[in-house]
Amino acid sequence: MSSATRTLISPATLARPRGRAAYWTVFTGVVLLFALAFLFPVYWMVTGAMKSPDEVAQTPPTVVPEHWHLSGYTDAWDLMQLPEHLWNTVVQAAGAWAFQLVFCTAAAYALSRLKPAFGNVILGGILATLMVPAQALVVPKYLTAADLPFIHTSLLNDPLGIWLPAVANAFNLYLLKRFFDQLPRDVLEAAEIDGAGKLRILWSVVLPMSRPVLGVVSIFALVAVWQDFLWPLMVFSDTDKQPISVALVQLSQNIQLTVLIAAMVIASIPMVALFLVFQRHIIAGISAGSTKG
Amino acid sequence: MTKTAARRPAATAAVAVRQAPAPPPAGDRRRRRITDQVRAYGFLLGGLICFALFSWYPAIRAVVISFQKYTPGSSAEWVGTANFTRVLHDPEFSAAWRNTLTFTLLALLIGFAIPFVLALVLNELRHAKAFFRVVVYLPVMIPPVVSALLWKWFYDPGAGLANETLRFLHLPTSNWTNGTGTALISLVIVATWANMGGTVLIYLAALQSIPGELYEAAELDGANLLQRIRHVTIPQTRFVILMLMLLQIIATMQVFTEPFVITGGGPENATVTVLYLIYKYAFLYNDFGGACALSVMLLVLLGIFSAGYLRLTRSGEDG
Repeated sequence: MSSATRTLISPATLARPRGRAAYWTVFTGVVLLFALAFLFPVYWMVTGAMKSPDEVAQTPPTVVPEHWHLSGYTDAWDLMQLPEHLWNTVVQAAGAWAFQLVFCTAAAYALSRLKPAFGNVILGGILATLMVPAQALVVPKYLTAADLPFIHTSLLNDPLGIWLPAVANAFNLYLLKRFFDQLPRDVLEAAEIDGAGKLRILWSVVLPMSRPVLGVVSIFALVAVWQDFLWPLMVFSDTDKQPISVALVQLSQNIQLTVLIAAMVIASIPMVALFLVFQRHIIAGISAGSTKG
Repeated sequence: MTKTAARRPAATAAVAVRQAPAPPPAGDRRRRRITDQVRAYGFLLGGLICFALFSWYPAIRAVVISFQKYTPGSSAEWVGTANFTRVLHDPEFSAAWRNTLTFTLLALLIGFAIPFVLALVLNELRHAKAFFRVVVYLPVMIPPVVSALLWKWFYDPGAGLANETLRFLHLPTSNWTNGTGTALISLVIVATWANMGGTVLIYLAALQSIPGELYEAAELDGANLLQRIRHVTIPQTRFVILMLMLLQIIATMQVFTEPFVITGGGPENATVTVLYLIYKYAFLYNDFGGACALSVMLLVLLGIFSAGYLRLTRSGEDG
């Protein structure tokens, strides 16, 4: 397939000896560049954590550790309470994912299929939040979370402070709504004639047909929480409840370098693993999102 | 059976009274419409509450508090435009805006040309395609805090990798994040490294949608490589280029993690950004009025870019 599509340089040019030589030169150059720019920093981090504290501070540095220590990793695990912070992150990310799936899916289904009165106004209000950059509103959002209107409860130092704001994700909601809009009408109508209720239709007809979009939304939801820094920094002043991103920065001041680097590696593993497992879907999702706007 | 049970309750009594003289079919239809609406709003409720609390209400509140003296716990006091004048006279204010705009501009210069050229080259390569895509996107999946800490270590004037590499190449070393002149660009490099993957992938997708015949026709007309890029590639991807440019401006104007983690705003305020200043006003000075005044200014500016982005994507969908 790829050989058939014509790109900037014609296959005929590439087939000539000079073209082939140029191609392989560029190819090798790009491989080296990618290895140096993107893989080497990661290698440096993973091996840096295995050097001794003296070796990591030594100039010129060693490319390969003289002695491989695992103590950096074990110390990070114990001294920085990584299990606790990783667990906090998992709870926050999983909850945000579940809340988004339930509430965004239900709302998107209602907007797409149930024709609520003022549905267009509501959709407009939701889409308008796409125009309002999220970070610029963190302070009033923080004040709201600190003292919810009417019920005067604080969501600070509570995972709900991550979960509920995560639902207000216009991008994911719109993605779901657009997908539901395109589902074949007759299938849904057939279910209705068979006497299925709306919830039943959503659960046993719409959702099973929406697996691709649910996958994309799930990945976006998990990654967003795991990578976020400013909002959890504001919400969790309580050290025991902080997710790993906040804890890393707070603890980075007074901890041995090798231990910190080891903790950074450990903090990266879940997302990198998620990426390597779902790379096809993630890359396809990003590429598709661009051309469809 | 659950269906009939669910249709009966709520909201029907009032209708029944008002609709008493009407023939039964019409009343049935009306009753049904109301239960449909109740059900629709039942599905919407959770999402609506969250949007109201964490998107709509904060947007209004930012504007309201920007005209108030506000401390959590005590009652607010109207102060007119005092917050705005105070913020405007803060020497950090001009530094923060200057830094943010310089950051955005540098990020455009560095973070814009490089991914495009890289995508252009990658699109010509016929081997190891999946490998390149995974590797270029790898830094995006590393938590931003980790990449910031990683580069902080690279920039370390002592045993940091950046200066060690320069020494190895017999080049003069740099102060990186410790020099007032180099700190900002050092952060731009971090942000570009960390975020480039997404841009490259989107460009690649755009490049693949260019019909091959256009290149063939251009080549037959005697266009050389650069002319083909100029007259085929760039016009064909113009829409994506513009869209990504606006998205990048919006994202980089809200930069926070890199300066917060790597430089703490220093040296001498050389890397304080607007969002960082908002954070400082709220959490260091406890001045929420000032923080909201700053937020409103950022909001207005970014709103203009966002509106441009939305108009662009909509016109792209039509055409």
